[in-house]
Amino acid sequence: MNKSNTIAIDMSKHLISIHDFSKEEILNVLSMASRFEENKNSAIFSDKVVASLFFEPSTRTRLSFETAANRLGARVIGFSDVGNTSVTKGETLKDTIKMVSNYADLIVIRHPLEGSARYASEVSSVPVINAGDGANQHPTQTLLDLYSILKTQGKLENLKINLVGDLKYGRTVHSLLQAMSHFSPKFRFTAPKELRMPEEYKEQLRVKGIEFEESENLEDGIEDMDIVYMTRVQRERFTDAIEYERVKNVYSLRRYMIENARPNMKILHPLPRINEIHQDVDCSDHAYYFDQAGNGVYTRMAIVTLLLGIKEF
Amino acid sequence: MAPMEKHLKVSAIKDGTVLDHIPANQLFKVIDILGLSKIPNQITFGTNLDSKLLGKKAIVKITDKYFEDSDINRIALIAPQAKINIIHNFEVVEKRILSTPSKIEGIAKCMNPACITNHQDVITSFITIATSPELKLLCRYCEKVTDEKNLKIISNQ
Repeated sequence: MNKSNTIAIDMSKHLISIHDFSKEEILNVLSMASRFEENKNSAIFSDKVVASLFFEPSTRTRLSFETAANRLGARVIGFSDVGNTSVTKGETLKDTIKMVSNYADLIVIRHPLEGSARYASEVSSVPVINAGDGANQHPTQTLLDLYSILKTQGKLENLKINLVGDLKYGRTVHSLLQAMSHFSPKFRFTAPKELRMPEEYKEQLRVKGIEFEESENLEDGIEDMDIVYMTRVQRERFTDAIEYERVKNVYSLRRYMIENARPNMKILHPLPRINEIHQDVDCSDHAYYFDQAGNGVYTRMAIVTLLLGIKEF
Repeated sequence: MAPMEKHLKVSAIKDGTVLDHIPANQLFKVIDILGLSKIPNQITFGTNLDSKLLGKKAIVKITDKYFEDSDINRIALIAPQAKINIIHNFEVVEKRILSTPSKIEGIAKCMNPACITNHQDVITSFITIATSPELKLLCRYCEKVTDEKNLKIISNQ
């Protein structure tokens, strides 16, 4: 990882989609995150207020953003339950954002409607960070995934990555696939036929000449991998309850399955997990999902810093 | 007699714009998209006219009205084969060819039911990512693709 971060970053004023990032911009965020990990408390924004607007439930994302803002010395306002806000009176997203952008210096938003963060960025007078807009984008999760991969593997180039579980609806795997495409990976997609990777993403890989294979078998796809990225089958993304019931318990990673894994292999998971990783895996050296969640704080410190206008740290 | 009969179906105009070869079932959408119901100009139109190309076509003649390319291209979404003729003194002085705009604002509806544009008062915005063999529009907001068979035009009424 670079020790200096002197490349001027040309980030847009907001962070809405992972598509907004070039390879260089991604590397800059990761480099800055690494420096924040070395300097966990850097109160450089004691004069700033960050608004944390969570229109739907979240544990990790909200707490890590608020931790990041606090570690940077900023104060945090906001809500985590729309039940206590004027949204219940019918206030539009536009009006909420316009009002809050007069209170705060930066807005972090999670909202169930897809495209809500892009729209918020258009009506806000301060930078907006997308902390998840429905099934669409969750770019800070992707960046912390990349940071975790870089930290555990020492590189991002030429890695073998197995994406497992809900590859149809899972926004994290779609964004990770697109971001990793900058770094010549080889993918394996492990999913039941109902939850296969959509054709549009496979076509993007073909265009870029990136190799991938597909399988329904999890056990065969562990031995030669650098990263096994597990995902939860999310009930909230299904419109068909019967389809959900059929696939919800399709994979469960157990300790015996990873006995012959490469020493460097790490298991990632965006969390929360239900039963797709058995608890007997938790104490393995390959388990990295809780550290991965911790990396979210440093990555988000870097993003907040960049959007509040500091290009170097 | 045939040419005379053709002329009589929709009267000629002295000056203005003629939109020909509009699929008959898209006529009212064209009127809607171009906002023709709100302008004071004289407008004559015919529909369900026989057409070798389209089966049934519609034609619209607008007196003393000329459109910017950016306006007229909006109808390329629903009538890509339409012909635009500019008329001066009963003569066709210019033929314009439609091309699908690279950005489409406020005309099409996003097919994603979870998109913010289908829930709040947000003007839709798309990037045209393909025109053939099928029109494909990428939503600026939810990043989902709306294809031709799911394309719905937003009414201006």
